[in-house]
Amino acid sequence: MKKLDENAMAARLAQDIPDGAYVNLGIGLPNKVAHFVPEGREVMYHTENGLLGVGGAPAAGEEDPELIDASKNLVTMLPGAALFDHPLAFSMMRGNHLGIAVLGAYQVAENGDLANWATLEQSFPPAVGGAMDLVAGVPQIFVLMRHTARDGSPKLLKQCSYPLTGAGVVTRVYTDLCVLEVTPEGFRLVELAPGNSLEEVQAVTEARILA
Amino acid sequence: MIDKRIGDLATAVAPIFDGAVVMVGGFGNSGIPAGLLTALLDQGARELTIISNNAGAGEDGISSLLREGRVRKVICSYPRSPGSIWFERRYEAGEIELEIVPQGTLAERIRAAGAGLGGFLTPTAYGTLLAEGKETREIDGVGYVFEKPLAADFALIRAEAGDRWGNLRYHVTARNSIR
Repeated sequence: MKKLDENAMAARLAQDIPDGAYVNLGIGLPNKVAHFVPEGREVMYHTENGLLGVGGAPAAGEEDPELIDASKNLVTMLPGAALFDHPLAFSMMRGNHLGIAVLGAYQVAENGDLANWATLEQSFPPAVGGAMDLVAGVPQIFVLMRHTARDGSPKLLKQCSYPLTGAGVVTRVYTDLCVLEVTPEGFRLVELAPGNSLEEVQAVTEARILA
Repeated sequence: MIDKRIGDLATAVAPIFDGAVVMVGGFGNSGIPAGLLTALLDQGARELTIISNNAGAGEDGISSLLREGRVRKVICSYPRSPGSIWFERRYEAGEIELEIVPQGTLAERIRAAGAGLGGFLTPTAYGTLLAEGKETREIDGVGYVFEKPLAADFALIRAEAGDRWGNLRYHVTARNSIR
């Protein structure tokens, strides 16, 4: 099977962020999406540590160690940016003032359930951050993740086995093999990464993928 | 005359007692009150409960308190940052209690305590493990979890500048949970 690399996955997702959107990017791979927004679109990135209007990495010599995003990357502020405290940053999320959040996941179920904060491994500390706040108040939750776990086990399931971050919250899933939409009937195929067939992708997916 | 300034860090942290609940500002490396945390380490208070967004990374700050076995409990949202080795060691060995709170709920619980509120209803974590055992309520078809205020005996924060009346100015995203 042909797997997209991480940059190609992020670039594919970025195509679906419309001009004028207010977007929160999760830690890790989702953070790459900002690099790939198509020319001509203005997107406002929100980071829960207190900044709306996150810009790219600072030029050499202009780094400010206290100006960071939620992934702890050094960032800059775009014209029109605003700074605020955490209670206000989370009011923006819960209060339905953002349009899209892009998150990573351990597991996604066909009914849109998301598991991305805790595993069943007792010695591995859980870490929730802002994920539960995002899924509580952001209308479109895009998941960006590898199609399968490192050991090859499926991540797109009939039912999540890990504790949920939110029930029925995921709207779309972008993987290295395909793009899926969550519908009342389950996962529906939006597109396949070039060079793959639905049969091949279905074979590494526990949940049924509707054509 | 009102003058809230204290001349040195050791005097500032001297009142922190064994078993105290201490809030620590900061998100990642931004807004960490590094000098106060070093002074607290030197001061020697034990059995501390630390409330912070993260649980320290590397060898300094909250990590140094964890390393020296001075922390009984951590209340935070994201303890697993890269380099959070001392938290992970203490957690894996079962030497520390962890209360995980969604970040927005943590910030709002702290705000509620400071604002004199008895708590609030939030949609965050409704239907999840983190809402287990908590009061819930449905309002206009939406499920909410009742969250109580979260107070502390002391708060250690970092500001860019201050005056003798206690007004503070913060630098960009170093403001974090401070009002």
